[in-house]
Amino acid sequence: MSEKGIPQRMSGNEAVAEALRQINPDVMPAFPITPSTEIPQFVSSMISNGQIDTEFIPVESEHSSMSAAIGSEAAGARTLTATSSCGLAFMWEVLYVAASNRLPILLECVNRALSGPININAEHSDSMGARDSGWLQIYAENNQEAYDNTIQAYRIAEHPDVKLPIMICQDGFITSHAVENITLLPDAPVKAFVGTYEPEHYLLKEDESMAVGPYAISPYCMEAKRAQAQGMINAKKVILEVAREFEEMSGRKYGFYEGYCLEDAEYALVAIGSVCGTIKDAIDELRAQGKKVGLLKIRVFRPFPGEEFAEALKGCKAVAILDRSEGYNSVGGPLGAEVTAAMYRAKCPAEVVNVIYGLSGRDVKVSDVERVYGKLEKLAEGVNEFGAYPYLGLRSANEADCV
Amino acid sequence: MALSADKIDEHVVWQDVTEGLQIHEPATSKGFMTGQWRTNTPVWNKEKCKQCLLCVPYCPDSCIIAKNNKRDEFDYDHCKGCGICVKACPFGAIEMKEGQ
Repeated sequence: MSEKGIPQRMSGNEAVAEALRQINPDVMPAFPITPSTEIPQFVSSMISNGQIDTEFIPVESEHSSMSAAIGSEAAGARTLTATSSCGLAFMWEVLYVAASNRLPILLECVNRALSGPININAEHSDSMGARDSGWLQIYAENNQEAYDNTIQAYRIAEHPDVKLPIMICQDGFITSHAVENITLLPDAPVKAFVGTYEPEHYLLKEDESMAVGPYAISPYCMEAKRAQAQGMINAKKVILEVAREFEEMSGRKYGFYEGYCLEDAEYALVAIGSVCGTIKDAIDELRAQGKKVGLLKIRVFRPFPGEEFAEALKGCKAVAILDRSEGYNSVGGPLGAEVTAAMYRAKCPAEVVNVIYGLSGRDVKVSDVERVYGKLEKLAEGVNEFGAYPYLGLRSANEADCV
Repeated sequence: MALSADKIDEHVVWQDVTEGLQIHEPATSKGFMTGQWRTNTPVWNKEKCKQCLLCVPYCPDSCIIAKNNKRDEFDYDHCKGCGICVKACPFGAIEMKEGQ
């Protein structure tokens, strides 16, 4: 055992469950859906084994699990749930209710494709679809980050300046089920870091009557929504404060994004999640050949730190933004739209292309990433080999479609 | 600074509304004049009334209040004019009149 951690090996779902054991939340309503099913399963086992005293509520659907989570959190209990894909889609209506009522619920989102075609593998269409629901969203590249982000989650969500629900996202199967090395933290410092939940107002408070979720007529709704937006704006500062404190405890540094060989990079990729491990391998190989390539790995997507992303990409000649979900807007994915807009506002000089990759768990190899970097180099020279609607690794009768 | 319910009106700025418009006090519905919604108004005829008090539990908005086993005038601040009391009265002692 090193000074700051306990070396272990486990899957992303196990890593999240281990963090939850240490946090010991009050209530977990959940409904199983692949690939997040293991998280409530592990939590149930921990309850049965007497390791935690979380109240587990088996429900009949994800609409019910989020509804129960809203009731529980409003009552004053630290609450979480877990889901994936269509489960998240089924929560749609109540995701907005959780956020607008300013309830700092934790949702462990194991990213999986939305149907159809029906598929159980990694894709970001589920949480990207919920990107405007008012939830904070933090993404992990691997099991270590899924564990670390879970430990930081309640500190961010419950902060009096934020008071918003939070999604901690990891890639289905690639991260959730693959067993990797991990460094766990001892229980005592984690418990001290997370602390106890002491909301100012809650339904079960003895000496206060309270109404949650009132109907509001038009002269009040805009003010309520603007006040909610301020929570999202304030979250940027809180996320960095919590990350600094986490670094003191763990020695692991977190921010809005991770730059990998980005400082002097001329050609950069922007991506979220597990693909970043593959990109880093490709960068190591290309850097050995003297290529100035780098990566901006987005960790925080909501709030959207567009100014910080654009600042980090300012020195690049060409940038490819990788989306693991379709936008079906005829121009690309959500990450492409938002990062491009941020770069435009910051007057970044780089050529920008949006590439769709890895849909429904499609494998991405180091050679795929190297091909993107090669085309970026040509793009900077004025030769666009990406085509009008780039899909990485797509089989097509038209070669111009294929990256 | 979040304001109490009686201080919140259509001039309040967004910085002063409570989180999620939560209400942190009891009985704030008393200050909400639902009587303004009324299009027709029940009128109590004291002469015909036998004080049987049947109208009291029938009123869905608690706008007929009994004290010392007797009802008094309607609470017109909150009566929405549904007319249920008119139907409930066996003595024809409540009539609906058009308008507020």
